[in-house]
Amino acid sequence: MDIMESGGSWSSGYLLSKLEEAIAWARKYSIFQYPFVTACCGMEYMATACSHYDIDRFGAGLPRFSPRQADVLFVVGTISHKLAPVLKKVYDQMCEPKWVVAFGVCTCTGGFYDNYATVQGIDTIIPVDIYIPGCPPRPETVLDGLMKLQEKIQKQKQLV
Amino acid sequence: MSDESLTLQLLKEQFPDKIIETHSYRGDDTAVVKKEAILEVLKFLKEDARLKYNFLMDLAGVDYLTYKKDPRFEVVYHLYSLEYNRRVRIKAPVDEDDPVIDSATPLWEAANWYEREVWDMFGIKFRGHPNLKRLLMYEEFVGHPLRKDYPITKRQPLIGPKI
Repeated sequence: MDIMESGGSWSSGYLLSKLEEAIAWARKYSIFQYPFVTACCGMEYMATACSHYDIDRFGAGLPRFSPRQADVLFVVGTISHKLAPVLKKVYDQMCEPKWVVAFGVCTCTGGFYDNYATVQGIDTIIPVDIYIPGCPPRPETVLDGLMKLQEKIQKQKQLV
Repeated sequence: MSDESLTLQLLKEQFPDKIIETHSYRGDDTAVVKKEAILEVLKFLKEDARLKYNFLMDLAGVDYLTYKKDPRFEVVYHLYSLEYNRRVRIKAPVDEDDPVIDSATPLWEAANWYEREVWDMFGIKFRGHPNLKRLLMYEEFVGHPLRKDYPITKRQPLIGPKI
């Protein structure tokens, strides 16, 4: 590897940028998702995760059911105001680096639930990296969103 | 009317000054009852051997604001008799200034959550209810969202921006 051959010089800008790229590459293919599933979008999430669409091809095959072990929060389904503090708490419990995917139109904007009970887009509560629209989105859309997230992770400045 | 159903006949006979009106549409009986008498009417329907309406199928609130109806609210009870395979609908008008009615929880345990929902959505109080707090909305929520004068775009989130 480049790092080993460099003779241990860590001050070089070239080397650090290469190290960042390597870390980004590793991170984008080892996504541990936390599925925060509340509604019908969950069925499409399950379809995506199972063998036919096989989300494991993208290195995101293993969902963790503790936010402390996850780095991508999948918010799947309608979020009500009553539930909003729970979602915020789950997000706060995740360690950096972390990303958030808004899965389905309800999480993006509130969808057609323009009423007293529903959060009008989860980005009013927590920062969102990728929006996957659809009611619910087809697995292809989900995988497209996942690949866009991977591109984003690759381009980001990494916390080393 | 001679072809009036047994249920409505017995109700009128038993509570001549408590029944406001009755009607029957295609075999569905409805009786509108003064709210002071609601508990004794329900008890009679449940326990009389000729009626035995032992199953509270549904309990709901209605806001007749846009109908300009007085009183504004109504609490509606749907009862079913498992013994005789019969149904009846009981309505009790509730005034806006004094939105209180007796709780049906002494008769049916099932009324507990129904009445909490009606309180939550319409702000009708149930006297004698063991635990009358919001069922669907959260405690900090202000107002009753299914009232027709609740603004449709009003938002009161627990966290996040106040829109």
